[in-house]
Amino acid sequence: MGEGLRQNESLVIDGLHKRFVSQDREVIALQDINLTIRQGEFISIVGSSGCGKSTLLRIIAGLDTEYLGNVSIGSNKILGPGVDRGIVFQEHRLFPWLTVEENIAFGLQGVDKKATQEITKEHIELVGLRTFEKAYPHQLSGGMAQRAGIARALVNRPKLLLLDEPFGALDAFTKIQMQQEILRIWQLEKTTMILVTHDIDEAIYLGDQVVIMSSRPGKVNKIVPIDLPRPRDRTSDDFSQVRKIIYHEFFKEQDRPFVYAI
Amino acid sequence: MSESSEAIVGKANAQILSGNVANKKNSGVYGQWGLSWILPLLFIIGWEVAARFALIPANLLPAPSVVIATIYQLLLRGELVPHIGITLYRVIVGFAIGAIIATVLGSITGYSATYRRLLDPTLQALRNIPSMAWVPLFLLWMGIYETSKLTLIAVGVLFPVYLNLMSGIQNVDRKLIEVGHVFGLNSFQMIKQIIIPATLPSYIVGLRSGLGLGWMFVVAAEIMGASKGLGFLMIDGQMTGRPAIILGSVVLFAVFGKLTDSLLAYSSKYIICYRRS
Repeated sequence: MGEGLRQNESLVIDGLHKRFVSQDREVIALQDINLTIRQGEFISIVGSSGCGKSTLLRIIAGLDTEYLGNVSIGSNKILGPGVDRGIVFQEHRLFPWLTVEENIAFGLQGVDKKATQEITKEHIELVGLRTFEKAYPHQLSGGMAQRAGIARALVNRPKLLLLDEPFGALDAFTKIQMQQEILRIWQLEKTTMILVTHDIDEAIYLGDQVVIMSSRPGKVNKIVPIDLPRPRDRTSDDFSQVRKIIYHEFFKEQDRPFVYAI
Repeated sequence: MSESSEAIVGKANAQILSGNVANKKNSGVYGQWGLSWILPLLFIIGWEVAARFALIPANLLPAPSVVIATIYQLLLRGELVPHIGITLYRVIVGFAIGAIIATVLGSITGYSATYRRLLDPTLQALRNIPSMAWVPLFLLWMGIYETSKLTLIAVGVLFPVYLNLMSGIQNVDRKLIEVGHVFGLNSFQMIKQIIIPATLPSYIVGLRSGLGLGWMFVVAAEIMGASKGLGFLMIDGQMTGRPAIILGSVVLFAVFGKLTDSLLAYSSKYIICYRRS
């Protein structure tokens, strides 16, 4: 209210708890998560599987509304999905019966035909899928399908783009290419990005900050700001330095992680 | 399909690639066609020769040429067309009735868990009754005329269509439905834009196997009591000791069964254009 516009649009997660009940056992998926993500920031969340990072993303997306605490964008509490938030899943989740073009246009529900055409075309260009508009998802490579998925998530010009391990299923080369691509889009569209990943290099390469989560119960362990200038060089000493810090965060959790390696 | 696959190929090598694909396709199709005809042709030639040289008794198994000639004569005398007509009518109307009821039931039970619990166990129990077991009851209730025949065919068509549609709706990928939620679709949009297109392939499988059963049941219905139709023609051939007529009817059943199935498959190809070839 009294705050500036930028402040007003930030995502605030305050005292978030999330529990699951499975087979009569209660599992604490998320415990006391507190995060503030300013507009236009690129946040990477890393953690081993089962740390609740995807659950956190689903809550922000509004797909999971049973939680304790407060999650809000500006002054609006998140109560369900909305076009102000786009999401890219690990699987491309394109509709197999629609062409690339139609899949991207799917995001524009209730928009008139002409505008839909224009916006779709614009986004096909944005993700570099020109000449593939009429192709069906099964005719695309994994990387191209994921590009279409990103375009579909962006057509509503969301303030926030949630990326749920979007490059996890891609081969190493395509992955690096897609990471550069998402950075380009971020710099162009100035969308706030929240990336969930288990790839530490990816988290460092992309994020302004890396949020490290630990599992059972899922909570935020540490937030590491990444002050490296962009474009970042994965092979540089500075990069390795940051990588070392984050690795250290993970492996001090376990007692003697390399006992079998020596 | 070939147009859209061309679209995905980069401009530079589009020609080379599409040329390759086209060549492969052609030779493949011709090769397969030629190959698949060898066995039936050999069989027919062997049969013809055996019949000509009286190696098989002509009063039991006449030569293929005799079968064709018999069909042709029936056609010339104007007897064949009414028989085919009434059989086609029974299959199509019975199929339509069965498919419509199955579509309504399958949609309800596929979509709503409550209705599934209410209706599905009963329908599954009915499905387990061999359909032929209905015949005496249908005859008693509806007499020997069209109604009982159409009902029997409709019952045969009903279950495969119902089952495929219900499981098709149930098996719609939850992940795709979630995408619908992300974009704020209401129930109506969800059904129209996600559930129906995702269910279509399995629904069409159901329709095709339903149609197959429809043909099976029309034979049963016509054998058991009819004065017209291809099934009647078979029984007539049996009664009067004319195997050529029986065989002719068998051939006609095969031809029309294949024809209607191809029609259904062909029309569904337009609906499901994205299917991998």
